[in-house]
Amino acid sequence: MSEDVTILAIESSCDETAAAVVRNGREVLSNVIFSQIDLHTLYGGVVPEIASRKHIEKINQVIEEALKKADRKLTDMDAIAVTYGPGLVGALLVGVSAAKAISFASGIPLIGVHHIEGHISANYIENKDLEPPFICLVISGGHTHLVVVKDYGQYEVLGRTRDDAAGEAFDKVARAIGLGYPGGPKIDKVSKEGNPEAIRFPRAKVAENEYDFSFSGLKSAVLNYLNAAKMKGEEIVTADVAASFQKAVVDVLVEHALDAVEKYGLKKFAIAGGVASNSTLRATFEQACRERDIAFYHPSPILCTDNAAMIGAAGYYEYIAGARSGLDLNAVPNLKLGER
Amino acid sequence: MRILSIDSSGLVASVAVTDDDILIAEYTICYKKTHSQTLVPMMDEIRRMTELDLESIDAIAVAKGPGSFTGLRIGSATAKGLGLALDKPIIPVPTVDGLAYRCYGTDKLVCPLMDARRSQVYTGIYEFLRKDAGAGTSYRLHTIREQCAVPIEEVLGALNELGREVIFLGDGVPVFEGRIAELMKVPYSFAPAHMRLQSAAAVAVRARALYEEGVFETAAAHQPEYLRLSQAERERMEAAR
Repeated sequence: MSEDVTILAIESSCDETAAAVVRNGREVLSNVIFSQIDLHTLYGGVVPEIASRKHIEKINQVIEEALKKADRKLTDMDAIAVTYGPGLVGALLVGVSAAKAISFASGIPLIGVHHIEGHISANYIENKDLEPPFICLVISGGHTHLVVVKDYGQYEVLGRTRDDAAGEAFDKVARAIGLGYPGGPKIDKVSKEGNPEAIRFPRAKVAENEYDFSFSGLKSAVLNYLNAAKMKGEEIVTADVAASFQKAVVDVLVEHALDAVEKYGLKKFAIAGGVASNSTLRATFEQACRERDIAFYHPSPILCTDNAAMIGAAGYYEYIAGARSGLDLNAVPNLKLGER
Repeated sequence: MRILSIDSSGLVASVAVTDDDILIAEYTICYKKTHSQTLVPMMDEIRRMTELDLESIDAIAVAKGPGSFTGLRIGSATAKGLGLALDKPIIPVPTVDGLAYRCYGTDKLVCPLMDARRSQVYTGIYEFLRKDAGAGTSYRLHTIREQCAVPIEEVLGALNELGREVIFLGDGVPVFEGRIAELMKVPYSFAPAHMRLQSAAAVAVRARALYEEGVFETAAAHQPEYLRLSQAERERMEAAR
Protein backbone atom coordinates (compact mmCIF):
# COMPACT_ATOMS: atom_id res chain seq x y z
CA MET A 1 0.00 0.00 0.00
CA SER A 2 1.54 3.24 -1.07
CA GLU A 3 0.81 6.36 0.89
CA ASP A 4 1.05 8.49 -2.21
CA VAL A 5 -1.92 10.71 -2.93
CA THR A 6 -2.64 11.16 -6.62
CA ILE A 7 -5.13 13.80 -7.66
CA LEU A 8 -6.89 14.49 -10.94
CA ALA A 9 -7.39 18.25 -11.14
CA ILE A 10 -9.72 20.21 -13.40
CA GLU A 11 -9.79 23.96 -14.07
CA SER A 12 -12.20 25.90 -16.30
CA SER A 13 -12.73 29.24 -14.55
CA CYS A 14 -11.92 31.52 -17.47
CA ASP A 15 -10.55 30.84 -20.96
CA GLU A 16 -8.28 27.86 -20.31
CA THR A 17 -9.65 24.31 -20.25
CA ALA A 18 -7.15 22.39 -18.15
CA ALA A 19 -6.60 19.07 -16.42
CA ALA A 20 -3.61 17.66 -14.56
CA VAL A 21 -2.48 14.72 -12.51
CA VAL A 22 -0.48 15.69 -9.41
CA ARG A 23 1.18 13.41 -6.86
CA ASN A 24 1.50 14.48 -3.24
CA GLY A 25 0.75 18.09 -4.07
CA ARG A 26 4.13 18.90 -5.52
CA GLU A 27 4.91 16.44 -8.28
CA VAL A 28 3.21 17.13 -11.60
CA LEU A 29 2.68 13.94 -13.59
CA SER A 30 0.84 15.78 -16.36
CA ASN A 31 -0.40 19.29 -16.99
CA VAL A 32 -2.64 19.73 -20.03
CA ILE A 33 -3.95 23.15 -21.01
CA PHE A 34 -6.17 23.98 -23.93
CA SER A 35 -5.97 27.74 -24.39
CA GLN A 36 -8.83 29.55 -26.12
CA ILE A 37 -6.90 32.78 -26.43
CA ASP A 38 -6.92 32.94 -30.24
CA LEU A 39 -10.70 32.73 -30.22
CA HIS A 40 -11.11 35.59 -27.75
CA THR A 41 -8.49 37.77 -29.42
CA LEU A 42 -11.08 38.38 -32.17
CA TYR A 43 -13.25 40.12 -29.56
CA GLY A 44 -10.51 41.96 -27.66
CA GLY A 45 -11.17 40.02 -24.46
CA VAL A 46 -12.74 36.90 -23.01
CA VAL A 47 -16.38 36.41 -24.09
CA PRO A 48 -18.03 34.33 -21.35
CA GLU A 49 -20.54 32.47 -23.55
CA ILE A 50 -17.88 31.56 -26.12
CA ALA A 51 -15.53 30.44 -23.33
CA SER A 52 -18.23 28.17 -21.88
CA ARG A 53 -19.00 26.64 -25.27
CA LYS A 54 -15.34 25.91 -25.88
CA HIS A 55 -14.90 24.38 -22.42
CA ILE A 56 -17.63 21.82 -23.00
CA GLU A 57 -16.15 20.94 -26.36
CA LYS A 58 -12.71 20.24 -24.88
CA ILE A 59 -13.27 19.10 -21.30
CA ASN A 60 -13.15 15.33 -21.86
CA GLN A 61 -10.20 15.44 -24.27
CA VAL A 62 -8.19 17.48 -21.79
CA ILE A 63 -8.98 15.11 -18.88
CA GLU A 64 -8.26 12.00 -20.96
CA GLU A 65 -4.99 13.46 -22.17
CA ALA A 66 -3.93 14.36 -18.62
CA LEU A 67 -4.52 10.77 -17.47
CA LYS A 68 -2.76 9.36 -20.52
CA LYS A 69 0.29 11.61 -20.20
CA ALA A 70 0.53 10.70 -16.50
CA ASP A 71 0.22 7.03 -17.50
CA ARG A 72 -2.59 6.63 -14.98
CA LYS A 73 -6.15 5.36 -15.06
CA LEU A 74 -9.07 7.19 -13.51
CA THR A 75 -9.29 4.41 -10.92
CA ASP A 76 -5.73 5.22 -9.77
CA MET A 77 -6.90 8.61 -8.51
CA ASP A 78 -7.39 9.30 -4.80
CA ALA A 79 -9.39 12.48 -5.36
CA ILE A 80 -10.77 14.80 -8.02
CA ALA A 81 -10.04 18.46 -7.41
CA VAL A 82 -11.95 21.12 -9.33
CA THR A 83 -11.99 24.91 -9.37
CA TYR A 84 -15.41 26.09 -8.18
CA GLY A 85 -14.70 29.81 -7.93
CA PRO A 86 -14.01 32.62 -8.40
CA GLY A 87 -14.40 32.99 -12.15
CA LEU A 88 -16.96 33.11 -14.95
CA VAL A 89 -19.98 31.18 -13.73
CA GLY A 90 -20.81 29.49 -17.05
CA ALA A 91 -17.19 28.48 -17.51
CA LEU A 92 -16.81 27.18 -13.94
CA LEU A 93 -20.00 25.12 -14.28
CA VAL A 94 -18.52 23.00 -17.08
CA GLY A 95 -15.59 21.83 -14.95
CA VAL A 96 -17.68 21.52 -11.79
CA SER A 97 -20.46 19.51 -13.51
CA ALA A 98 -18.02 17.16 -15.23
CA ALA A 99 -15.99 16.66 -12.02
CA LYS A 100 -19.10 15.89 -9.98
CA ALA A 101 -20.33 13.37 -12.55
CA ILE A 102 -16.92 11.67 -12.61
CA SER A 103 -16.79 11.60 -8.82
CA PHE A 104 -20.34 10.20 -8.63
CA ALA A 105 -19.73 7.52 -11.26
CA SER A 106 -16.33 6.43 -9.95
CA GLY A 107 -16.80 6.90 -6.22
CA ILE A 108 -13.61 8.98 -6.07
CA PRO A 109 -13.89 11.84 -3.51
CA LEU A 110 -14.48 15.36 -4.80
CA ILE A 111 -12.68 18.47 -3.59
CA GLY A 112 -13.75 21.98 -4.61
CA VAL A 113 -10.74 24.27 -4.86
CA HIS A 114 -10.49 28.06 -4.74
CA HIS A 115 -8.88 29.39 -7.91
CA ILE A 116 -6.62 31.88 -6.09
CA GLU A 117 -5.58 29.17 -3.64
CA GLY A 118 -4.53 27.25 -6.73
CA HIS A 119 -2.41 30.14 -8.01
CA ILE A 120 -0.69 30.49 -4.63
CA SER A 121 -0.08 26.73 -4.47
CA ALA A 122 1.57 26.76 -7.91
CA ASN A 123 4.63 27.90 -5.97
CA TYR A 124 4.84 24.58 -4.09
CA ILE A 125 5.38 22.65 -7.31
CA GLU A 126 8.78 24.02 -8.28
CA ASN A 127 9.94 25.15 -4.85
CA LYS A 128 10.06 21.96 -2.83
CA ASP A 129 11.42 23.88 0.18
CA LEU A 130 8.63 26.46 0.29
CA GLU A 131 6.28 26.07 3.22
CA PRO A 132 3.92 28.49 4.94
CA PRO A 133 3.99 31.01 6.44
CA PHE A 134 4.87 33.44 3.65
CA ILE A 135 3.44 36.45 1.84
CA CYS A 136 2.04 35.96 -1.66
CA LEU A 137 1.04 38.48 -4.29
CA VAL A 138 -1.53 37.04 -6.72
CA ILE A 139 -1.75 39.09 -9.90
CA SER A 140 -3.73 38.10 -12.97
CA GLY A 141 -6.30 39.32 -15.45
CA GLY A 142 -9.05 38.94 -12.89
CA HIS A 143 -7.34 39.19 -9.51
CA THR A 144 -4.93 41.34 -7.50
CA HIS A 145 -4.57 39.97 -3.97
CA LEU A 146 -1.89 40.43 -1.34
CA VAL A 147 -2.17 37.48 0.99
CA VAL A 148 -0.54 36.11 4.13
CA VAL A 149 -0.36 32.35 3.68
CA LYS A 150 -0.50 31.39 7.37
CA ASP A 151 -0.64 27.67 6.79
CA TYR A 152 -1.82 25.31 4.06
CA GLY A 153 -5.39 26.35 3.29
CA GLN A 154 -5.24 29.27 5.75
CA TYR A 155 -5.13 32.73 4.33
CA GLU A 156 -5.45 36.30 5.44
CA VAL A 157 -6.11 38.75 2.64
CA LEU A 158 -4.18 41.96 3.40
CA GLY A 159 -5.15 43.88 0.30
CA ARG A 160 -6.98 43.61 -2.97
CA THR A 161 -7.76 45.86 -5.89
CA ARG A 162 -10.51 48.42 -5.46
CA ASP A 163 -11.23 48.54 -9.20
CA ASP A 164 -9.34 46.96 -12.09
CA ALA A 165 -7.17 43.90 -11.62
CA ALA A 166 -3.52 44.47 -12.59
CA GLY A 167 -3.88 42.29 -15.68
CA GLU A 168 -7.05 44.12 -16.65
CA ALA A 169 -5.13 47.43 -16.56
CA PHE A 170 -2.51 45.89 -18.85
CA ASP A 171 -5.25 44.82 -21.29
CA LYS A 172 -6.95 48.21 -21.31
CA VAL A 173 -3.74 50.20 -21.75
CA ALA A 174 -2.52 47.80 -24.44
CA ARG A 175 -5.75 48.38 -26.34
CA ALA A 176 -5.41 52.17 -25.98
CA ILE A 177 -1.87 52.20 -27.41
CA GLY A 178 -2.81 49.83 -30.22
CA LEU A 179 -1.00 46.70 -29.03
CA GLY A 180 -4.15 44.57 -28.83
CA TYR A 181 -5.08 41.57 -26.70
CA PRO A 182 -3.74 40.02 -24.52
CA GLY A 183 -2.13 43.14 -23.10
CA GLY A 184 0.28 41.67 -20.53
CA PRO A 185 2.75 39.86 -22.80
CA LYS A 186 2.52 42.59 -25.47
CA ILE A 187 3.33 45.43 -23.06
CA ASP A 188 6.08 43.34 -21.49
CA LYS A 189 7.69 42.86 -24.90
CA VAL A 190 7.40 46.37 -26.28
CA SER A 191 8.54 47.89 -22.96
CA LYS A 192 11.99 46.43 -23.46
CA GLU A 193 12.47 49.01 -26.24
CA GLY A 194 11.10 51.92 -24.17
CA ASN A 195 12.22 54.25 -21.41
CA PRO A 196 10.35 53.54 -18.14
CA GLU A 197 11.25 57.02 -16.84
CA ALA A 198 9.92 58.84 -19.92
CA ILE A 199 6.52 59.65 -18.44
CA ARG A 200 5.72 59.91 -14.75
CA PHE A 201 2.38 58.16 -14.25
CA PRO A 202 0.75 58.26 -10.78
CA ARG A 203 1.30 55.56 -8.13
CA ALA A 204 -2.08 55.25 -6.45
CA LYS A 205 -2.51 54.91 -2.71
CA VAL A 206 -5.77 53.77 -1.19
CA ALA A 207 -6.45 55.81 1.93
CA GLU A 208 -8.37 53.27 4.04
CA ASN A 209 -6.07 50.29 3.56
CA GLU A 210 -2.37 50.67 2.85
CA TYR A 211 -2.30 47.25 1.14
CA ASP A 212 -5.19 47.78 -1.26
CA PHE A 213 -4.56 48.57 -4.90
CA SER A 214 -6.21 50.84 -7.43
CA PHE A 215 -5.32 50.77 -11.09
CA SER A 216 -8.19 52.63 -12.73
CA GLY A 217 -6.60 56.04 -11.97
CA LEU A 218 -3.38 54.91 -13.62
CA LYS A 219 -5.29 53.67 -16.65
CA SER A 220 -7.09 57.05 -16.90
CA ALA A 221 -3.76 58.87 -16.56
CA VAL A 222 -2.43 56.91 -19.54
CA LEU A 223 -5.56 57.67 -21.58
CA ASN A 224 -5.33 61.38 -20.65
CA TYR A 225 -1.68 61.44 -21.61
CA LEU A 226 -2.48 59.90 -25.01
CA ASN A 227 -5.34 62.36 -25.65
CA ALA A 228 -3.28 65.37 -24.60
CA ALA A 229 -0.38 64.32 -26.81
CA LYS A 230 -2.76 63.83 -29.73
CA MET A 231 -4.32 67.28 -29.20
CA LYS A 232 -0.94 68.93 -29.10
CA GLY A 233 0.16 66.99 -32.13
CA GLU A 234 3.05 65.47 -30.18
CA GLU A 235 4.53 62.18 -31.23
CA ILE A 236 3.50 59.24 -29.03
CA VAL A 237 6.31 56.78 -28.43
CA THR A 238 4.38 53.58 -27.77
CA ALA A 239 7.33 51.81 -26.18
CA ASP A 240 7.88 54.69 -23.73
CA VAL A 241 4.19 54.79 -22.76
CA ALA A 242 4.16 51.02 -22.27
CA ALA A 243 7.40 50.98 -20.27
CA SER A 244 6.34 53.92 -18.09
CA PHE A 245 2.91 52.42 -17.42
CA GLN A 246 4.44 49.05 -16.58
CA LYS A 247 6.93 50.71 -14.23
CA ALA A 248 4.09 52.48 -12.42
CA VAL A 249 2.24 49.17 -11.91
CA VAL A 250 5.34 47.28 -10.81
CA ASP A 251 6.44 50.04 -8.42
CA VAL A 252 3.12 49.93 -6.57
CA LEU A 253 3.08 46.14 -6.43
CA VAL A 254 6.64 45.93 -5.13
CA GLU A 255 6.14 48.66 -2.54
CA HIS A 256 2.92 47.19 -1.11
CA ALA A 257 4.16 43.62 -1.15
CA LEU A 258 7.54 44.21 0.42
CA ASP A 259 6.07 46.53 3.06
CA ALA A 260 3.88 43.61 4.09
CA VAL A 261 6.81 41.18 4.11
CA GLU A 262 8.78 43.52 6.36
CA LYS A 263 5.85 44.21 8.66
CA TYR A 264 5.01 40.53 9.13
CA GLY A 265 8.70 39.63 9.41
CA LEU A 266 8.27 36.53 7.28
CA LYS A 267 11.32 36.80 5.00
CA LYS A 268 9.59 34.65 2.41
CA PHE A 269 7.71 36.11 -0.53
CA ALA A 270 6.04 34.55 -3.57
CA ILE A 271 4.23 35.80 -6.64
CA ALA A 272 1.54 33.97 -8.59
CA GLY A 273 -0.99 34.46 -11.39
CA GLY A 274 -0.72 35.33 -15.07
CA VAL A 275 0.91 38.74 -14.53
CA ALA A 276 3.62 37.02 -12.46
CA SER A 277 5.15 36.01 -15.81
CA ASN A 278 5.92 39.65 -16.58
CA SER A 279 9.70 39.86 -16.96
CA THR A 280 10.13 43.39 -15.58
CA LEU A 281 8.02 42.52 -12.57
CA ARG A 282 10.06 39.42 -11.88
CA ALA A 283 13.37 41.21 -12.28
CA THR A 284 12.28 44.08 -10.04
CA PHE A 285 11.05 41.75 -7.30
CA GLU A 286 14.15 39.59 -7.62
CA GLN A 287 16.39 42.58 -7.01
CA ALA A 288 14.25 44.18 -4.31
CA CYS A 289 14.08 40.88 -2.40
CA ARG A 290 17.82 40.33 -2.70
CA GLU A 291 18.49 43.81 -1.30
CA ARG A 292 16.24 43.10 1.66
CA ASP A 293 17.44 39.53 2.18
CA ILE A 294 14.00 38.05 1.43
CA ALA A 295 13.69 34.64 -0.23
CA PHE A 296 11.80 35.19 -3.50
CA TYR A 297 9.65 32.46 -5.07
CA HIS A 298 7.83 32.42 -8.38
CA PRO A 299 6.32 29.72 -10.58
CA SER A 300 7.59 29.25 -14.13
CA PRO A 301 5.31 30.87 -16.76
CA ILE A 302 3.36 27.67 -17.55
CA LEU A 303 2.32 27.48 -13.89
CA CYS A 304 1.54 31.22 -13.70
CA THR A 305 -1.15 31.01 -16.36
CA ASP A 306 -4.43 29.31 -15.45
CA ASN A 307 -3.65 25.59 -15.19
CA ALA A 308 -4.90 22.54 -13.36
CA ALA A 309 -1.59 21.43 -11.79
CA MET A 310 -1.93 24.30 -9.32
CA ILE A 311 -5.47 23.10 -8.50
CA GLY A 312 -4.02 19.65 -7.86
CA ALA A 313 -1.41 21.17 -5.53
CA ALA A 314 -4.02 23.12 -3.55
CA GLY A 315 -6.40 20.15 -3.66
CA TYR A 316 -3.77 17.90 -2.09
CA TYR A 317 -3.47 20.06 1.02
CA GLU A 318 -7.27 20.23 1.25
CA TYR A 319 -7.39 16.45 0.87
CA ILE A 320 -4.94 15.70 3.67
CA ALA A 321 -6.78 18.23 5.86
CA GLY A 322 -9.90 16.10 5.33
CA ALA A 323 -11.88 18.46 3.11
CA ARG A 324 -14.46 16.80 0.84
CA SER A 325 -17.16 18.39 -1.31
CA GLY A 326 -20.69 17.07 -1.80
CA LEU A 327 -22.37 16.28 -5.10
CA ASP A 328 -24.30 19.53 -4.72
CA LEU A 329 -21.08 21.54 -5.16
CA ASN A 330 -21.97 24.65 -7.15
CA ALA A 331 -19.91 27.20 -9.02
CA VAL A 332 -19.40 30.35 -6.94
CA PRO A 333 -18.33 33.16 -9.28
CA ASN A 334 -17.35 35.62 -6.52
CA LEU A 335 -15.97 33.13 -3.98
CA LYS A 336 -13.78 34.84 -1.37
CA LEU A 337 -10.42 33.43 -0.40
CA GLY A 338 -10.63 31.44 2.82
CA GLU A 339 -14.39 30.94 2.47
CA ARG A 340 -15.96 27.50 2.22
CA MET B 1 -31.02 -1.68 -22.85
CA ARG B 2 -30.43 0.36 -19.73
CA ILE B 3 -30.32 4.13 -20.21
CA LEU B 4 -29.55 6.88 -17.71
CA SER B 5 -31.17 10.04 -19.07
CA ILE B 6 -30.92 13.72 -18.24
CA ASP B 7 -32.91 16.82 -19.17
CA SER B 8 -31.82 20.17 -17.75
CA SER B 9 -32.64 22.29 -20.79
CA GLY B 10 -35.27 24.42 -19.10
CA LEU B 11 -36.76 25.13 -15.68
CA VAL B 12 -37.10 21.43 -14.97
CA ALA B 13 -34.27 19.22 -13.76
CA SER B 14 -35.02 15.60 -14.60
CA VAL B 15 -33.09 12.34 -14.31
CA ALA B 16 -34.33 8.84 -15.18
CA VAL B 17 -33.16 5.28 -15.48
CA THR B 18 -35.00 3.04 -17.95
CA ASP B 19 -34.55 -0.61 -18.79
CA ASP B 20 -36.20 -1.29 -22.16
CA ASP B 21 -39.91 -0.75 -21.51
CA ILE B 22 -39.56 -0.32 -17.75
CA LEU B 23 -39.02 3.03 -16.09
CA ILE B 24 -36.95 2.08 -13.04
CA ALA B 25 -36.83 5.58 -11.63
CA GLU B 26 -37.50 9.15 -12.59
CA TYR B 27 -36.76 12.19 -10.48
CA THR B 28 -38.12 15.46 -11.82
CA ILE B 29 -38.26 18.79 -10.09
CA CYS B 30 -39.27 22.27 -11.12
CA TYR B 31 -37.84 24.38 -8.36
CA LYS B 32 -35.72 27.51 -7.95
CA LYS B 33 -32.49 25.68 -7.05
CA THR B 34 -29.91 25.60 -9.85
CA HIS B 35 -29.47 22.45 -11.90
CA SER B 36 -25.88 22.38 -10.69
CA GLN B 37 -27.13 21.86 -7.13
CA THR B 38 -29.84 19.32 -7.96
CA LEU B 39 -28.93 17.13 -10.92
CA VAL B 40 -26.15 14.89 -9.56
CA PRO B 41 -27.69 14.62 -6.05
CA MET B 42 -30.92 13.45 -7.75
CA MET B 43 -28.95 10.78 -9.62
CA ASP B 44 -27.32 9.75 -6.37
CA GLU B 45 -30.74 9.44 -4.74
CA ILE B 46 -31.95 7.21 -7.59
CA ARG B 47 -28.79 5.13 -7.34
CA ARG B 48 -29.29 4.54 -3.62
CA MET B 49 -33.05 4.04 -3.76
CA THR B 50 -32.90 1.52 -6.61
CA GLU B 51 -29.56 -0.03 -5.60
CA LEU B 52 -28.36 0.82 -9.08
CA ASP B 53 -25.03 -0.50 -10.27
CA LEU B 54 -23.80 2.30 -12.54
CA GLU B 55 -21.67 -0.16 -14.49
CA SER B 56 -24.89 -1.81 -15.70
CA ILE B 57 -25.86 1.29 -17.69
CA ASP B 58 -25.48 0.88 -21.45
CA ALA B 59 -25.75 4.50 -22.53
CA ILE B 60 -26.34 8.01 -21.25
CA ALA B 61 -29.03 10.07 -22.95
CA VAL B 62 -29.18 13.83 -22.67
CA ALA B 63 -31.46 16.55 -23.98
CA LYS B 64 -28.87 18.20 -26.22
CA GLY B 65 -30.72 21.44 -26.92
CA PRO B 66 -32.13 23.86 -27.61
CA GLY B 67 -32.70 25.41 -24.20
CA SER B 68 -31.05 27.61 -21.61
CA PHE B 69 -27.38 27.71 -22.59
CA THR B 70 -26.20 27.19 -19.02
CA GLY B 71 -28.79 24.48 -18.33
CA LEU B 72 -27.77 22.60 -21.46
CA ARG B 73 -24.12 22.75 -20.46
CA ILE B 74 -24.79 21.48 -16.94
CA GLY B 75 -26.64 18.50 -18.47
CA SER B 76 -24.06 17.89 -21.16
CA ALA B 77 -21.04 18.26 -18.86
CA THR B 78 -22.68 15.85 -16.42
CA ALA B 79 -23.37 13.36 -19.23
CA LYS B 80 -19.80 13.74 -20.48
CA GLY B 81 -18.36 13.14 -17.01
CA LEU B 82 -20.51 10.02 -16.62
CA GLY B 83 -19.56 8.81 -20.09
CA LEU B 84 -15.87 9.34 -19.33
CA ALA B 85 -15.95 7.54 -15.99
CA LEU B 86 -18.18 4.67 -17.14
CA ASP B 87 -16.79 4.48 -20.68
CA LYS B 88 -20.29 4.57 -22.18
CA PRO B 89 -21.67 6.38 -25.24
CA ILE B 90 -23.96 9.39 -25.20
CA ILE B 91 -27.25 9.50 -27.09
CA PRO B 92 -27.97 13.16 -27.85
CA VAL B 93 -31.72 13.81 -27.98
CA PRO B 94 -33.15 16.98 -29.54
CA THR B 95 -34.91 18.71 -26.62
CA VAL B 96 -38.09 19.46 -28.56
CA ASP B 97 -38.33 15.84 -29.79
CA GLY B 98 -38.08 14.69 -26.18
CA LEU B 99 -40.90 17.05 -25.22
CA ALA B 100 -43.03 15.79 -28.12
CA TYR B 101 -42.74 12.25 -26.72
CA ARG B 102 -44.78 13.43 -23.75
CA CYS B 103 -47.80 13.11 -26.07
CA TYR B 104 -46.94 9.66 -27.47
CA GLY B 105 -49.67 8.03 -29.51
CA THR B 106 -51.94 11.03 -29.92
CA ASP B 107 -53.73 11.54 -33.25
CA LYS B 108 -53.36 15.32 -32.83
CA LEU B 109 -50.40 17.37 -33.96
CA VAL B 110 -47.90 18.00 -31.15
CA CYS B 111 -46.29 21.41 -30.81
CA PRO B 112 -43.87 21.94 -27.90
CA LEU B 113 -43.14 25.58 -27.07
CA MET B 114 -40.09 26.70 -25.12
CA ASP B 115 -39.61 30.38 -24.34
CA ALA B 116 -36.46 31.33 -26.23
CA ARG B 117 -36.58 35.06 -25.28
CA ARG B 118 -35.71 37.72 -27.85
CA SER B 119 -39.33 37.29 -29.09
CA GLN B 120 -38.68 33.75 -30.28
CA VAL B 121 -39.76 30.27 -29.36
CA TYR B 122 -37.92 26.97 -29.58
CA THR B 123 -40.45 24.71 -31.21
CA GLY B 124 -41.19 21.99 -33.75
CA ILE B 125 -44.26 20.25 -35.19
CA TYR B 126 -44.72 16.50 -34.76
CA GLU B 127 -47.21 13.71 -35.28
CA PHE B 128 -47.30 10.05 -34.22
CA LEU B 129 -47.76 7.55 -37.03
CA ARG B 130 -48.76 3.90 -36.63
CA LYS B 131 -45.85 1.64 -37.48
CA ASP B 132 -48.25 -0.75 -39.29
CA ALA B 133 -51.95 -1.45 -39.60
CA GLY B 134 -51.89 -4.40 -37.14
CA ALA B 135 -53.89 -4.45 -33.95
CA GLY B 136 -50.86 -4.60 -31.65
CA THR B 137 -48.86 -1.85 -33.30
CA SER B 138 -46.80 0.98 -31.87
CA TYR B 139 -46.21 4.52 -33.00
CA ARG B 140 -43.23 6.32 -34.39
CA LEU B 141 -42.51 10.02 -34.09
CA HIS B 142 -42.77 11.81 -37.40
CA THR B 143 -41.21 15.25 -37.59
CA ILE B 144 -43.24 17.66 -39.70
CA ARG B 145 -41.13 20.62 -38.73
CA GLU B 146 -37.73 20.05 -37.18
CA GLN B 147 -36.85 21.87 -33.94
CA CYS B 148 -35.99 25.51 -34.58
CA ALA B 149 -35.92 29.00 -33.07
CA VAL B 150 -38.60 31.15 -34.72
CA PRO B 151 -41.13 33.87 -33.85
CA ILE B 152 -44.31 32.36 -32.33
CA GLU B 153 -46.35 33.75 -35.23
CA GLU B 154 -44.39 31.63 -37.69
CA VAL B 155 -45.12 28.30 -36.02
CA LEU B 156 -48.78 29.21 -35.39
CA GLY B 157 -49.12 30.10 -39.08
CA ALA B 158 -47.65 26.74 -40.07
CA LEU B 159 -50.11 24.94 -37.75
CA ASN B 160 -53.07 26.83 -39.26
CA GLU B 161 -51.97 25.73 -42.71
CA LEU B 162 -51.77 22.09 -41.61
CA GLY B 163 -55.39 22.45 -40.51
CA ARG B 164 -55.38 19.77 -37.77
CA GLU B 165 -56.06 19.89 -34.06
CA VAL B 166 -52.96 20.65 -31.96
CA ILE B 167 -51.70 19.91 -28.45
CA PHE B 168 -49.35 22.58 -27.10
CA LEU B 169 -46.94 21.88 -24.25
CA GLY B 170 -43.76 23.27 -22.71
CA ASP B 171 -42.77 26.25 -20.55
CA GLY B 172 -43.70 28.54 -23.46
CA VAL B 173 -47.43 27.83 -23.00
CA PRO B 174 -48.12 30.52 -20.36
CA VAL B 175 -45.84 32.95 -22.20
CA PHE B 176 -47.60 32.65 -25.57
CA GLU B 177 -51.15 31.76 -24.45
CA GLY B 178 -52.45 35.16 -25.53
CA ARG B 179 -50.95 35.01 -29.01
CA ILE B 180 -52.23 31.45 -29.44
CA ALA B 181 -55.80 32.49 -28.57
CA GLU B 182 -55.50 35.39 -30.97
CA LEU B 183 -54.02 33.62 -33.98
CA MET B 184 -55.05 29.95 -33.93
CA LYS B 185 -57.74 29.02 -36.46
CA VAL B 186 -57.79 25.28 -35.69
CA PRO B 187 -58.83 23.54 -32.44
CA TYR B 188 -56.10 23.21 -29.84
CA SER B 189 -55.48 22.24 -26.22
CA PHE B 190 -52.75 22.57 -23.63
CA ALA B 191 -51.12 19.51 -22.06
CA PRO B 192 -51.86 19.13 -18.32
CA ALA B 193 -49.23 19.17 -15.55
CA HIS B 194 -48.15 15.51 -15.79
CA MET B 195 -47.16 15.97 -19.43
CA ARG B 196 -46.51 19.70 -19.67
CA LEU B 197 -42.74 20.02 -19.14
CA GLN B 198 -39.49 18.16 -19.87
CA SER B 199 -39.08 14.61 -18.60
CA ALA B 200 -35.94 12.51 -18.62
CA ALA B 201 -38.07 9.38 -19.10
CA ALA B 202 -39.40 10.82 -22.38
CA VAL B 203 -35.81 11.64 -23.37
CA ALA B 204 -34.86 8.01 -22.67
CA VAL B 205 -37.72 6.63 -24.78
CA ARG B 206 -36.75 8.88 -27.67
CA ALA B 207 -33.09 7.99 -27.10
CA ARG B 208 -33.75 4.28 -27.47
CA ALA B 209 -35.33 4.84 -30.89
CA LEU B 210 -32.44 7.08 -31.93
CA TYR B 211 -29.89 4.53 -30.72
CA GLU B 212 -31.51 1.89 -32.92
CA GLU B 213 -31.10 4.30 -35.84
CA GLY B 214 -27.39 4.55 -35.00
CA VAL B 215 -27.55 7.99 -33.35
CA PHE B 216 -24.98 8.02 -30.54
CA GLU B 217 -21.53 9.50 -29.98
CA THR B 218 -18.54 9.32 -27.67
CA ALA B 219 -18.66 11.32 -24.46
CA ALA B 220 -15.64 13.29 -25.66
CA ALA B 221 -17.33 14.29 -28.92
CA HIS B 222 -20.66 15.27 -27.39
CA GLN B 223 -21.61 18.92 -27.08
CA PRO B 224 -24.93 20.78 -26.83
CA GLU B 225 -26.77 22.07 -29.86
CA TYR B 226 -27.75 25.63 -29.04
CA LEU B 227 -29.57 26.51 -32.30
CA ARG B 228 -28.19 30.00 -31.71
CA LEU B 229 -24.89 31.81 -31.86
CA SER B 230 -23.63 33.64 -28.80
CA GLN B 231 -24.50 37.33 -28.67
CA ALA B 232 -20.87 38.33 -29.31
CA GLU B 233 -20.66 36.15 -32.42
CA ARG B 234 -23.98 37.46 -33.68
CA GLU B 235 -22.96 41.08 -33.22
CA ARG B 236 -19.62 40.45 -34.87
CA MET B 237 -21.30 38.88 -37.91
CA GLU B 238 -23.77 41.75 -38.12
CA ALA B 239 -20.93 44.28 -37.94
CA ALA B 240 -19.09 42.44 -40.72
CA ARG B 241 -22.11 42.62 -42.95
